[in-house]
Amino acid sequence: MTGVDPRYRGIAFEDRMATVDFRVSPRPHITVDSEVCRSCTTKACVHACPANLFVPTAEGGILFNYEQCFECGTCYQVCDAEGAITWTYPDGGQGVVFRKG
Amino acid sequence: MDEPGGYAGPASKSAVVSDDSRAFDVVVVGAGPAGSASALEVARAGYTVALVERGPYPGAKNVYGGVVYGRILDELVPGWWERMPVQRWVTRRATMIMTPTQALTVDMRAQDWGRPPYNGATAYRADLDAWLADQAVAAGAVLIPATVATGLLRGPDGSVAGVRTDRPDGDLTASVVIACDGVNSFLAKEAGMYPAENVAEHTTLGVKETIALPREVIDERFGLSGRDGADIEMIGCTRGIPGGGFLYTNLESVSLGVVVGLTGLAAAKVRPEELIADLKEHPAIAPLVRGGTLQEYSAHLIPEGGYRSMPELVGDGMLVAGDAAAMCLAAGIWLEGVNFALGAGMYAGRAAAAALRSGDTSKSGLAAYRTMLEDSFVLADHRKLRKVPDLVLSQRVQADYPGLLCDLVQGLFTVENPAPKPGLRRLLRLGTRAHGVRRRDLVRDALVGLRSFG
Repeated sequence: MTGVDPRYRGIAFEDRMATVDFRVSPRPHITVDSEVCRSCTTKACVHACPANLFVPTAEGGILFNYEQCFECGTCYQVCDAEGAITWTYPDGGQGVVFRKG
Repeated sequence: MDEPGGYAGPASKSAVVSDDSRAFDVVVVGAGPAGSASALEVARAGYTVALVERGPYPGAKNVYGGVVYGRILDELVPGWWERMPVQRWVTRRATMIMTPTQALTVDMRAQDWGRPPYNGATAYRADLDAWLADQAVAAGAVLIPATVATGLLRGPDGSVAGVRTDRPDGDLTASVVIACDGVNSFLAKEAGMYPAENVAEHTTLGVKETIALPREVIDERFGLSGRDGADIEMIGCTRGIPGGGFLYTNLESVSLGVVVGLTGLAAAKVRPEELIADLKEHPAIAPLVRGGTLQEYSAHLIPEGGYRSMPELVGDGMLVAGDAAAMCLAAGIWLEGVNFALGAGMYAGRAAAAALRSGDTSKSGLAAYRTMLEDSFVLADHRKLRKVPDLVLSQRVQADYPGLLCDLVQGLFTVENPAPKPGLRRLLRLGTRAHGVRRRDLVRDALVGLRSFG
């Protein structure tokens, strides 16, 4: 690897997400049943979610924040645990708004 | 909506309508390229059509790599290239085979592609999708933005009779529903048209950074002038996770991203944006993107399974088109999707209009859709290349062959005096051994490649 401009590798995740527009809905369009997550050994959502919205808790569950969601569907597709993730679209006009896409 | 089943998602429920008078002839769900092309053709045929879009404007929920091939628009919107919101016309098309320290590039320049009738173009989806929807609206389609289609309405005979939406009094009844609701297509799933199993295995995640750079800097770094643009596709840059990378030039930004298989990504426990960071440090890419400012980070799923992973395309009162029908062509040297969505949408609109004319919108009345797709590039290309997605996402193509090819060419150009030149056969023998490639696999993959691409 060549010399790296530190701002690339080092871009803070919140700065990355600050480039995306969200019209946050009062209703969480995705809910996670942390009880189910406790028995999950893979927790694939934690790494795969491109918005980094799934955070493992000390008790073995999952803390989830729907507000900066890309609505891509990665989490429910990689989820092994039946019933852990309830996934819907946000209400019309709300959620992520890509300016470029 | 007062119950969870009222939201669009895997658990949505349908409702039965008894009313015979339908509000629209056709309801199209999703104002992406497939949906707008469908609505345009239905409206042109003189039928009423609603185009329902869950984003505040068409394109708001959509992400792609960044290149659209416009040839099918010759038929759909004649003279399109004078009006479509294009960033740059692709006159340089490169495929880069990479290892962490090597890159072997086939780099095609064709100045013909920079003149009418053109070939590929880079465009922002927010611009492109809005323009396409404008065409449908100008032809008479009714665009209903900021509205989620939460489920299917059924007639007394069980056929699809419209959609339920999240608007107050939001049922939209219609004789035909065209589901262009994207890669997650809850409508096709609800209709039972989607094969439920192993979806993650042929779905990939694309993550992209739109990076602002001055126009002259892009021109200089990529060797471009005027509205000419570059399209660089990459393989071997995803830490062995099945997938690839891309770098496209817009007018005053570049789109840099990776696409990775969901199962491979989950197993590797690598965060997707780390793979973009890898690319930005790669010696072949770093000089091209250095000093840019991140303008937008984005992500989207891509249905890459091709022909074998497609849902049923025709149901009673329902057609499926675009990403909802897995119509992305991810065939290594070819990576296309918007053109397939446009084509499929156009044929879906025509088939719906023909069915309305004949008064039969049942599955058999709508069957011409499938025939039109089979007779055109939409299904012909997918059928011909049906074995390619598996090959492209195999460990050999992903990790073994890029290293083998790079070592082979590096060996060819490394001067080892006083040792004499090794010769290609010796290099190939050494390379296959070093990368654990069996001759038998190499020959078999070559045959699949020849049969598919030949």
